Amino acid sequence: MQRIMNEGLKPIPLLLRDRLKGFLPRPTKVLLLIAGLLPLARSLVLSLEAVNPIEFFTRSTGTWALVALLLTLSITPLRQLTGYSRLIDYRRMLGLFTFFYAFLHFMTYLWLDQFFDWSAIGQDILKRPFITVGFAAFVLLIPLAVTSTKGWMRRLKRNWSRLHRLVYVIAILGVVHYLWLVKADLTTPAIYAAVLAVLLGWRVLRYWRGRRDQAPANG
Amino acid sequence: MLIRQPSDILPSEITPQSVFLNRRQFMLAGTSALLLTGEAMAGLNAKPSALSVKESPNSLKQITTYNNYYEFGTDKGDPALYAGQLKTKPWQIVVNGEVGQSRTYSIDDLLKVAALEERIYRLRCVEGWSMVIPWVGIPLASVLKQVNPTSKAKFVAFETLNDPKQMPGQRSRVLEWPYREGLRIDEAMHPLTILAVGLYGEVLPNQNGAPVRLVVPWKYGFKSIKSVVGIRLQEQQPTTSWQQSAPNEYGFYSNVNPDVPHPRWSQAKERRIGEFLKRDTLPFNGYGPQVASMYQGMDLRKFF
Repeated sequence: MQRIMNEGLKPIPLLLRDRLKGFLPRPTKVLLLIAGLLPLARSLVLSLEAVNPIEFFTRSTGTWALVALLLTLSITPLRQLTGYSRLIDYRRMLGLFTFFYAFLHFMTYLWLDQFFDWSAIGQDILKRPFITVGFAAFVLLIPLAVTSTKGWMRRLKRNWSRLHRLVYVIAILGVVHYLWLVKADLTTPAIYAAVLAVLLGWRVLRYWRGRRDQAPANG
Repeated sequence: MLIRQPSDILPSEITPQSVFLNRRQFMLAGTSALLLTGEAMAGLNAKPSALSVKESPNSLKQITTYNNYYEFGTDKGDPALYAGQLKTKPWQIVVNGEVGQSRTYSIDDLLKVAALEERIYRLRCVEGWSMVIPWVGIPLASVLKQVNPTSKAKFVAFETLNDPKQMPGQRSRVLEWPYREGLRIDEAMHPLTILAVGLYGEVLPNQNGAPVRLVVPWKYGFKSIKSVVGIRLQEQQPTTSWQQSAPNEYGFYSNVNPDVPHPRWSQAKERRIGEFLKRDTLPFNGYGPQVASMYQGMDLRKFF
């Protein structure tokens, strides 16, 4: 209020709290950071008591990578539905959590599961389709994680959003990875596939409508 | 000068080597004996078998909380949670088909067919993990011989109970119910093949396939069908549930074979439950010396 009333006059010095605002993360972001680490804590605790701890931790980190990815992809539809545009502030962290859990998932496979048996790993990547697509999804996540900073956004300009459209490919690969590894009961991966279909379908619908509305009316 | 001192240990105190080498069976025999004295305890009096492996068994907790038994759910924790509701008494197993005379066995009948033996076997799951399990059971051959198979009995088909009221997993069609499995007659008659009724010297827990299950240790675990109600001897090769579900992934034979990968994952190694590093998977799950001759001249890539 004060600032608005003083508009046009000499600037009033900012309060310390306002000045720090640029540096201090908002409490909601801190909360999100903590919330994002809870699944890891849970996985570690449950792995310790699991009969097959390595399998449990691999599955759990994989699941949470997918959950984080789907949450990342739900930010835009939620913004459009609610009109709450500041949701965008949380998308980067969700995206980075996707990478974080995917990285843990991949490292668990490399280290705990295969114990750096490179020939077995190579064969898996080449010969086992579910590992091929999972590996591809992880590799594609790397450039997105690296270019997630404001600096890279500035540098890449329009190419940044082009590059980050890869996330759609990654999400499809991730869900296929899950579908293909299951032995018989497809229920759980099918739920992830359905959620992804809704999130992608929403975008297709918006794009389609946008084009229709832009098209010249020919009577 | 060498001073000879008499040993403090009397020769009578030394454990005989044979007992020492069989110390696990010795302990187990002791436990079963103790259990038998308690009236309420369901201890089984099983004699040790020369066909047991010398590896140390997995814990009862591992064996009873990590199960693939889709009749009770597809999560490995489901059977321990939901199998309790299965009524295993009374139980009937019908043995029929190409036989001299069909017979219906109760569990008590089965226990009279042959003396119970403890068989400590490796179990290799098609998913890439393994355990060592102290089963208690009788050779399947002892039952089959009683019904006098005819010359047309080339295969044996097995069937699990089909009762969605007791087996909630059967309400969803993850597999074709009832669960079906099959063996060639020589595999079924092989001394390693048993019908198990116990585990760790006691009555088989429901999640492990009570009251009676097949155990074929040189084949992937899913061949060892649980809660059996039907055994049919027949001329044609039976179709199994997993073959119906994915014929390119699960063959009729399904012998453990590190050289034939599952189409979606390698079978070269396995994680023994409780161990950190994977170990190499052995052909026929390490039972090659006893069983490989049955498959001589067969292309095991084709007959996977």
